[in-house]
Amino acid sequence: MLKIRIIPCLDVKDGRVVKGVNFVDLVDAGDPVAQARFYDQAGADELCFLDITASHEDRDTLYDVVRGTAEQCFMPLTVGGGVRNVDDIRKLLLAGADKVSINTAAVARPEFVAEAAEKFGSQCIVVAIDAKATVPGRWEIFTHGGRNATGRDAVVWGERMAALGAGEILLTSMDRDGTKGGFDIGLTRAVADAVGVPVIASGGVGTLDHLVEGVRHGHASAVLAASIFHFGTYSVADAKAHMAAAGLPVRMEPTAPAPEGANP
Amino acid sequence: MTVAIVDYGSGNLRSAAKAFQHEAAGRKVLVTGRAEDLARADHIVLPGVGSFGDCARGLRALAGMMEALQENVVRRAKPFLGICVGMQLMATRGVEHGIHEGLGWIHGEVVPLEPDTGAGDHRLKVPHMGWNELTIGDPAHPIFAGLAPGAHAYFVHGYRFAAADAASVLAEVSHGGPVTAAIGRDNMVGTQFHPEKSQAVGLSLIANFLAWRP
Repeated sequence: MLKIRIIPCLDVKDGRVVKGVNFVDLVDAGDPVAQARFYDQAGADELCFLDITASHEDRDTLYDVVRGTAEQCFMPLTVGGGVRNVDDIRKLLLAGADKVSINTAAVARPEFVAEAAEKFGSQCIVVAIDAKATVPGRWEIFTHGGRNATGRDAVVWGERMAALGAGEILLTSMDRDGTKGGFDIGLTRAVADAVGVPVIASGGVGTLDHLVEGVRHGHASAVLAASIFHFGTYSVADAKAHMAAAGLPVRMEPTAPAPEGANP
Repeated sequence: MTVAIVDYGSGNLRSAAKAFQHEAAGRKVLVTGRAEDLARADHIVLPGVGSFGDCARGLRALAGMMEALQENVVRRAKPFLGICVGMQLMATRGVEHGIHEGLGWIHGEVVPLEPDTGAGDHRLKVPHMGWNELTIGDPAHPIFAGLAPGAHAYFVHGYRFAAADAASVLAEVSHGGPVTAAIGRDNMVGTQFHPEKSQAVGLSLIANFLAWRP
């Protein structure tokens, strides 16, 4: 049986982790590769890097990060942020990313998703959707980190992206992001039930029950979280144990000992 | 000792190469698109992401590669591992975006994954993406040595290998019905999952493959 995936997300800027694990005594807590190794050994099911580097010209640092991670972590890696064209995708895949997430560029030109899926296969094309509630039961998508409204309906957009070849939808509630108030279950469920591809729920996780709700009520195939893991509130193992106790299928594998320098 | 990873322009070879290097134990890992390199390889790996037709075309576009694969894998019986679409290419044919001939090493077709959603509380998704537990049909096969029962592997695929002969199915997973997870015969194996992305389970499978002397 397919397991619900737990995906820690790291924000990377100019090749450095912006908020990272701060409860382990890593030699360099800002090193994304060290963070990735930590989560690899902690039993995370996938890892996500979100590049928030302001300038497109400074993105070479990101490729170095991806390359370094692929050398040491044998787990699936999704990289998003600033992916604008086929060449950006090619570079990330060649560096060692398994999936690439497209957000603003898909809104600017939806055919880009079809071109990317045709070229690299749907399995590596994730479309990231940032949505906000407008009226009850309706959500609109936003770009540029929630600043720019697009007038597009999130559910319709999700369906269109899947039809164009997105292999997965990374769905973030801009209303909930950073609130620790839980996923927007209505949004998650509306999109997950509308599309045939997996949906990753994101935005708002503050407790382990939120993870359970995202799957049970939101129908997500995977849950993404940042701060609850980075700030040491919970470990990936805590999250899995809690979800398993709630009756959700999660992958429990005997994990390797903690990495050197770790002091949980 | 040399492991050749066939490079025919298909997606992410870097993670596959890195995983093999991790387990190489002194062997040389050669990522190559040159047919003649297969002659001096001891183990041959065919990775693949994307669509069956694209991958089949990419492979055929390499001068002499189809012949070199036949020569080294079928006639000279070198240990062979196909991964994901590389595994699917071992089939007679694939029906993804048209009908495409495969290598024809394992009788069967690669067909769309259409999970039976049954009474589940929510729909089973395609692609089948994520970690699923292997049901190993042939636990004595050296490739599975040391794997704990219920070991998980990482899958990403929207098509499945429908084998003509059940005996060629080495492992299955469940996703709205049984789905072929590994196939093989003689000196060849193929995994629908990605050992290079399956953490400790995947690395031990790669080590098993490299130690395999069929």
